[in-house]
Amino acid sequence: MAATAAKSGTSSSKNSGSSKNSGSSRNSDGKSGSKSGGRSRAKSGDGSAGAAKNHVSDVVIHFDAPAPEKFSTEQELKAYRDMLLIRRFEEKAGQLYGMGFIGGFCHLYIGQEAVVTGIQMAISEGDEVITSYRDHGHMLSCGMDPAGVMAELTGRRGGYSKGKGGSMHMFSREKNFFGGHGIVGAQVPLGTGLAFANRYRGNDRVSLTFFGDGAANQGQVYESFNMAALWKLPVIYVIENNRYAMGTSVVRSSAQTDFSERGASFNIPGMQVDGMDVRAVKSASDMAVKWCRDGKGPFILEMQTYRYRGHSMSDPAKYRSKDEVQKMRAEHDPIEQVRHRLIETKAASEEDLKAIDKEIREIVGKAADFAQADPEPDISELYTDILR
Amino acid sequence: MPTQILMPALSPTMEEGNLAKWLVKEGDTVSSGDVIAEIETDKATMEVEAVDEGTIGKILVEAGAEGVKVNTPIAVLLEEGESADDIGDTAPQSQASEREPHGARGADGAAGDGQASSGDPVEDMDARQVPAEGKVHPEPRTTDIPADPDIPAGTEMVSVTVREALRDAMAEEMRRDDSVFVMGEEVAQYQGAYKVTQGLLDEFGERRVIDTPITEHGFTGVGIGAAMADLKPIVEFMTFNFAMQAMDQIINSAAKTHYMSGGQMNAPMVFRGPNGAAARVAAQHSQDYAAWYSHVPGLKVVQPYTAADAKGLLKAAIRDPNPVIFLENEILYGQHFDVPKLDDYVLPIGKARIHRQGSDATLVSFGIGMTYCVKAAEELAGQGIDVEIVDLRTIRPMDYDTVVASVKKTGRLVTVEEGFPQSSVGDHIASQVMQRAFDWLDAPIITIAGKDVPMPYAANLEKLALPSVEEVVAAVKAVSYRD
Repeated sequence: MAATAAKSGTSSSKNSGSSKNSGSSRNSDGKSGSKSGGRSRAKSGDGSAGAAKNHVSDVVIHFDAPAPEKFSTEQELKAYRDMLLIRRFEEKAGQLYGMGFIGGFCHLYIGQEAVVTGIQMAISEGDEVITSYRDHGHMLSCGMDPAGVMAELTGRRGGYSKGKGGSMHMFSREKNFFGGHGIVGAQVPLGTGLAFANRYRGNDRVSLTFFGDGAANQGQVYESFNMAALWKLPVIYVIENNRYAMGTSVVRSSAQTDFSERGASFNIPGMQVDGMDVRAVKSASDMAVKWCRDGKGPFILEMQTYRYRGHSMSDPAKYRSKDEVQKMRAEHDPIEQVRHRLIETKAASEEDLKAIDKEIREIVGKAADFAQADPEPDISELYTDILR
Repeated sequence: MPTQILMPALSPTMEEGNLAKWLVKEGDTVSSGDVIAEIETDKATMEVEAVDEGTIGKILVEAGAEGVKVNTPIAVLLEEGESADDIGDTAPQSQASEREPHGARGADGAAGDGQASSGDPVEDMDARQVPAEGKVHPEPRTTDIPADPDIPAGTEMVSVTVREALRDAMAEEMRRDDSVFVMGEEVAQYQGAYKVTQGLLDEFGERRVIDTPITEHGFTGVGIGAAMADLKPIVEFMTFNFAMQAMDQIINSAAKTHYMSGGQMNAPMVFRGPNGAAARVAAQHSQDYAAWYSHVPGLKVVQPYTAADAKGLLKAAIRDPNPVIFLENEILYGQHFDVPKLDDYVLPIGKARIHRQGSDATLVSFGIGMTYCVKAAEELAGQGIDVEIVDLRTIRPMDYDTVVASVKKTGRLVTVEEGFPQSSVGDHIASQVMQRAFDWLDAPIITIAGKDVPMPYAANLEKLALPSVEEVVAAVKAVSYRD
């Protein structure tokens, strides 16, 4: 674990002379930030703020992501399988949307699969997961039944919310998945509340609270950061930075584009992680989970990732170039990375992987069949579940 | 079997589109994610990706075709080992006309719950073919809610303030259930901005009596998250005026989650604090939110007047498995009422209480509105008008039965509240009484509310902006056709 104590002074600031901190120097290729180690994000003391006291000088607020640990063949195969399930599920959801089986809004997770998959490999049973409306991948990685998720997308009675929630509002008490929230940023205080309950009960569970780079600009996120740090709540804020808040790129929406630093005012440590590499996600998450379980309070993981599709189904994604998307897919695809390693190391053959592909297609096919054949909810359900 | 590629629906409302361009030709091999065509909708040009691997066997709709209906087959995809000859065997998987894209709205909205004549005059009224018959209300019928518990003869009555009654209710429930805790601004060390939580920190400690930063949106969400994890938070707002900062969490997260999750998850909690006008605090600190919250399915809304009701209903609210909005009033905090000295005095949410029996006209009110009614009734009694006062106590679910029964007795109705007049609680009652007891009304209903202005600061204007006893007296006389 390579924690770097913050130093006062200018550190390795690349924009000396500016009172802005140095965090905006994020690589543009989606890889995690500085690998050099020793970079401090402690602010002030660079002279530009006069005699400002360096009030965070002795608090660790930045960590460099640990080097990704090698996966065993078993782990590689699990990651491959889990990510492929999300990819194929989402493709099928897109198809069913096109056929009119899925209505309303539908936000696909294609491209971001390594984030939930790597984190899921680092957490334990009982840890809670809560996220936004781009939630299908999170549900599948929590072990929720693909057929139940797909049937919710089609608004059928066998869906997780009996067809009453839809793509953006799904939950599983059994799998500790707390939604599926349609209001940007609203899940952040809620996830903080889950952590509050863990601390109240004195258990060692951790709340995994996911949100995007867009939600990171909502005020309630910082209200949550303040309370989480104040009360040392066991919550990991996973900021999935896919670079676009709907159609607005991070540089056009965010004064501070290094999201791992967004907790700096509250002394919440953070790190930038290559969210396209499932091993990097797993290693960073291991560290964050341990931090929380050790009672040290919240932690921020900025997962640098990319969504291949539009914000929702009806988004033609004209705000970015085709080349950008193509480059990401060609060079950083999370599934291809694992596939490549498996083949290269001869840990698996093309045939082995084809067999997995086939199995996944069957699971997704069955889910889709169920979601189309299952009846709509009984009309009596209109008036159920309003009050308990 | 060859797969048909269908004209996709690319937005929630798309019904047809133009096939602008094919990016593949017959015989091309495609894999999942490849862009195969461009489609123009009324909003944008969208790319269509292949979802399956295979070979484009035949293009059925040529580039440039306009007005192609959603779900029309536009091409045929062949799997490994298939040839174009197999295409003929393909039965259309789906016809454009077969289903309305995204339009499957399911139920037609009618959901009659089969109310039959039961001898209950209210139900019989519902069963009549009156024009309003189609209106079906989802609230649980208040006839299913038990009446107030009997207070055993000889029970000692103790005079306490509303403030003390609220504190006692919280303390009793916290002793009873470790999952109950209080959070809010100044609730712990300061002992409550209005001293409602006085003494709780001493008894229950910091773990369960939690001072929050001034961060309504945030701590409300934290409370709701804790409730989703099965704790039972009491979230105190220093005033409900500040809860507007948290409105999204209250409505979208607390009230709707049970429904959206198909009954899997909800928020068993209480949001409480002073509501409405106090004195001379002007527009931003004086709003009554009863009507606002009562609009929302998934919430219960309670607004007590007496100390006994405050105690019994707050205990019920804490035990209730739903999110309950508990509206108090700063002016009422210091008023004394008799409260029965019982170990566990819990009252039913959703039941109105007849505060004063009468025969000539019905006054319906709640919370601080009751103070105008009580004084008006005394004055009217002196003038020979015998008024019945119904204290709603709960705004949602509303006890229509008790209101309607009283109106059937008196034939006249005046409602009183301090909130704004448009879409007020009184407006809603008037509409319900019209639908349920039109034939029993002997005069139009008068709804008294605060004036349709932001609360002014100046003492004289503030007085004018609120309802008055004189207004209530005049209204009762008007519906009674008395001068």
